[in-house]
Amino acid sequence: MNFSEVFKLSSLLCKFSPDGKYLASCVQYRLVVRDVNTLQILQLYTCLDQIQHIEWSADSLFILCAMYKRGLVQVWSLEQPEWHCKIDEGSAGLVASCWSPDGRHILNTTEFHLRITVWSLCTKSVSYIKYPKACLQGITFTRDGRYMALAERRDCKDYVSIFVCSDWQLLRHFDTDTQDLTGIEWAPNGCVLAVWDTCLEYKILLYSLDGRLLSTYSAYEWSLGIKSVAWSPSSQFLAVGSYDGKVRILNHVTWKMITEFGHPAAINDPKIVVYKEAEKSPQLGLGCLSFPPPRAGAGPLPSSESKYEIASVPVSLQTLKPVTDRANPKIGIGMLAFSPDSYFLATRNDNIPNAVWVWDIQKLRLFAVLEQLSPVRAFQWDPQQPRLAICTGGSRLYLWSPAGCMSVQVPGEGKHIPEATDVAALLCAVWHHTG
Amino acid sequence: MGDWMTVTDPGLSSESKTISQYTSETKMSPSSLYSQQVLCSSIPLSKNVHSFFSAFCTEDNIEQSISYLDQELTTFGFPSLYEESKGKETKRELNIVAVLNCMNELLVLQRKNLLAQENVETQNLKLGSDMDHLQSCYSKLKEQLETSRREMIGLQERDRQLQCKNRNLHQLLKNEKDEVQKLQNIIASRATQYNHDMKRKEREYNKLKERLHQLVMNKKDKKIAMDILNYVGRADGKRGSWRTGKTEARNEDEMYKILLNDYEYRQKQILMENAELKKVLQQMKKEMISLLSPQKKKPRERVDDSTGTVISDVEEDAGELSRESMWDLSCETVREQLTNSIRKQWRILKSHVEKLDNQVSKVHLEGFNDEDVISRQDHEQETEKLELEIQQCKEMIKTQQQLLQQLATAYDDDTTSLLRDCYLLEEKERLKEEWSLFKEQKKNFERERRSFTEAAIRLGLERKAFEEERASWLKQQFLNMTTFDHQNSENVKLFSAFSGSSDWDNLIVHSRQPQKKPHSVSNGSPVCMSKLTKSLPASPSTSDFCQTRSCISEHSSINVLNITAEEIKPNQVGGECTNQKWSVASRPGSQEGCYSGCSLSYTNSHVEKDDLP
Repeated sequence: MNFSEVFKLSSLLCKFSPDGKYLASCVQYRLVVRDVNTLQILQLYTCLDQIQHIEWSADSLFILCAMYKRGLVQVWSLEQPEWHCKIDEGSAGLVASCWSPDGRHILNTTEFHLRITVWSLCTKSVSYIKYPKACLQGITFTRDGRYMALAERRDCKDYVSIFVCSDWQLLRHFDTDTQDLTGIEWAPNGCVLAVWDTCLEYKILLYSLDGRLLSTYSAYEWSLGIKSVAWSPSSQFLAVGSYDGKVRILNHVTWKMITEFGHPAAINDPKIVVYKEAEKSPQLGLGCLSFPPPRAGAGPLPSSESKYEIASVPVSLQTLKPVTDRANPKIGIGMLAFSPDSYFLATRNDNIPNAVWVWDIQKLRLFAVLEQLSPVRAFQWDPQQPRLAICTGGSRLYLWSPAGCMSVQVPGEGKHIPEATDVAALLCAVWHHTG
Repeated sequence: MGDWMTVTDPGLSSESKTISQYTSETKMSPSSLYSQQVLCSSIPLSKNVHSFFSAFCTEDNIEQSISYLDQELTTFGFPSLYEESKGKETKRELNIVAVLNCMNELLVLQRKNLLAQENVETQNLKLGSDMDHLQSCYSKLKEQLETSRREMIGLQERDRQLQCKNRNLHQLLKNEKDEVQKLQNIIASRATQYNHDMKRKEREYNKLKERLHQLVMNKKDKKIAMDILNYVGRADGKRGSWRTGKTEARNEDEMYKILLNDYEYRQKQILMENAELKKVLQQMKKEMISLLSPQKKKPRERVDDSTGTVISDVEEDAGELSRESMWDLSCETVREQLTNSIRKQWRILKSHVEKLDNQVSKVHLEGFNDEDVISRQDHEQETEKLELEIQQCKEMIKTQQQLLQQLATAYDDDTTSLLRDCYLLEEKERLKEEWSLFKEQKKNFERERRSFTEAAIRLGLERKAFEEERASWLKQQFLNMTTFDHQNSENVKLFSAFSGSSDWDNLIVHSRQPQKKPHSVSNGSPVCMSKLTKSLPASPSTSDFCQTRSCISEHSSINVLNITAEEIKPNQVGGECTNQKWSVASRPGSQEGCYSGCSLSYTNSHVEKDDLP
């Protein structure tokens, strides 16, 4: 694994283009676009204000820079550096901005979620979508970019609208049987929409593209419910992580639960490999496992003292005592991610924040547990192979593959890896590029 | 009385009591004072009793005491001590015989009483010990009862406590349940309230939003605008189309198309999966059929026809099915049939497997029960046999060693050296030498024998003459002694016959005399044998030696048989003996026998030597 020299960054804005050729990063009000291979600066754009959000269009031709404070969005073209576009939302304000999958429309959400404005770069047309719901994941596009599902709230009722992205025509509009819809997510095949309710109630609803309710699933009542939801890339499974520290896997035929993965703090099954990160322990290095991943670069491993060792099996993991009288308690499954081949599922239980659990989906059982020294901030699967990158906020990056796991020191003295997602994205892009 | 009791030992107290009762019943005698003491004379006499006794009768009161005793005895059923009075006047006299009888009877009674007393005492003791035992048992049981009672009480107490606890727990559970119910109700009410509040707030919020919307949006905000250099083309290169009903329909179509595609895809997948499964099923079925068909006969023969018929049915079905399934795999009826047949076969297979399992387990069990035992028996037998063999071998070796030692010690150094280096050639030479020696001896013996035979012939002749003489003499005597009657003539005939036979015997002897010749050899042979055995080496060469001896023995046996009874009587035993021995010795390979034979023959030869004339 190679590391470049450190670039200056502001507000953690750094993104690779979807085709993996370019890297966009922001320094204050400047946007810098580099070539991934040479890391030479290709373009340098200057925005009107400090950039708060950047996003590549799906075809890697445009970059969107949002300046929420001023309600401004500026779009830059990579092909034509002199081309510019500025969208001003005016007094309505701006809280979110995103590209539509075709890369020709920009969806801006105004303050208080009053409406969503769809700006087209092709025509001068502007569309408004009223009553968008202010929720965690209110907009979702199908993977092929044809349809957009939008959560709406009208008259204290939740609705879902499905739009055709090509002409923003409303295709379906239906109310959902939810108290307070929290998230919606398309299945990767674009035919099933998962809709889940607020954390106060365990309820997940599955809708077909044409608005039919396919199934409803509820594991229990009177307790905090769903915390995270993830579709497997094959659309075959829907993993639902909840506040009771369990992941439930639903199948795509009957939409019934196949299995339930508990996340106990004590692991007793001798079949499960528990990797424990150990720092500065050369004498404990006997049981350490640092298999270099098969395609790890030629770069020599930095002299890292952090190593993994295999813990002998009855292992009890560090747990956090959740503060129950505060909102958003640190319990339950907060993160879920399927590996791209759908063979593995990585999870994190929020009251065991140092551990990442890797489940074998083929055998529907726990495969490995990684216990870090510090809480896991994020993890991301390699899009090419079953390899998981984990960030804990330290200066290290951790990699897991079925063969073993290793830790990599990220160069840059004293500089913490800013935001795990970026690094994960970075890794993602690197993998994408090399793979 | 009380004084009395103290005098007599406690064992007698009962008796004395009875006696005293008696005495109390009986009329008081003049010397009633002593009566009790008198009575107690039947009891073992202690010294003081004696003294009393002596005091009972004094010179003065003899008559009185006698009469008293008489009275007493008569009351006890004894005969009177006095002689039967002839007259009233005459004074009755003491009948000493009666007295003595009485005394005797009293003594006998006394003895009997003593015996009874002893018995009673022992019984009493026994009973006492029994009593003790029972009492101890009783006390023990009592204790046990007490402890168990205590235990029971404890258990009852515990039970009670537990029940109490249980009740409490039940109560607690109930309370908890109630609590849970209450809490749930509270939660529900709170939830409804929360929802209500939320709705209210949301409404308010919505109103505000609406208002804001109106304020912000309706006023033509100049600022809301897009400043763009030039419009870019669409990603797909098409121009944007107007929104019309057509596009709507098209979108719908597309959506359904997508959905349809998805469903088709899924259906295809399912079909594929189905096909795979069907294939597997078919294969399984085929394999099952092939697996079951060879066993088809067996179960038919073995268990019952039902399974067999089922199998055949199934096979027929399967045959049809395989043909049908070629036409249409997904036909419902076919599927049903297929599943049914598979199920049937599966059942059969299962039962078969179970049977096999049972058999296997049975076999295992049997194996554990029988085979093991058998094998153990076999094993034991085998080991026994082997041990026996070993024992035999050991014995053999021991005897051999003993013999060898005997030979080594008893005979000269020659033999020991020979024993040490038992080379065949040397032995042969030695044997040859011995053979020549033996031959010489034989010649000598033969010569001797000839003389013997001659002497024997002579003797026989003489004997014949003597016999004839005797016969004639006997005839003469008979003729003289008996009259000429029929019976006598018969007797004569018989006798003549008898005599004739004897003659005949003699004749035979005569005729066989030339054959008798080897007899002398036989007589002499043990001697030479003994000589041979002297130099007999313990080596395999003894076997041929044995053969030679057997040859000789055969000769000798024949001779022995041929020799007349009178002549070889003294030798016969020995001869037979040797014969037996030699026959044993002649058995090839059995060295032991040979040795024993040798030794025995040696001894026999000695005997024969003694017997020889």
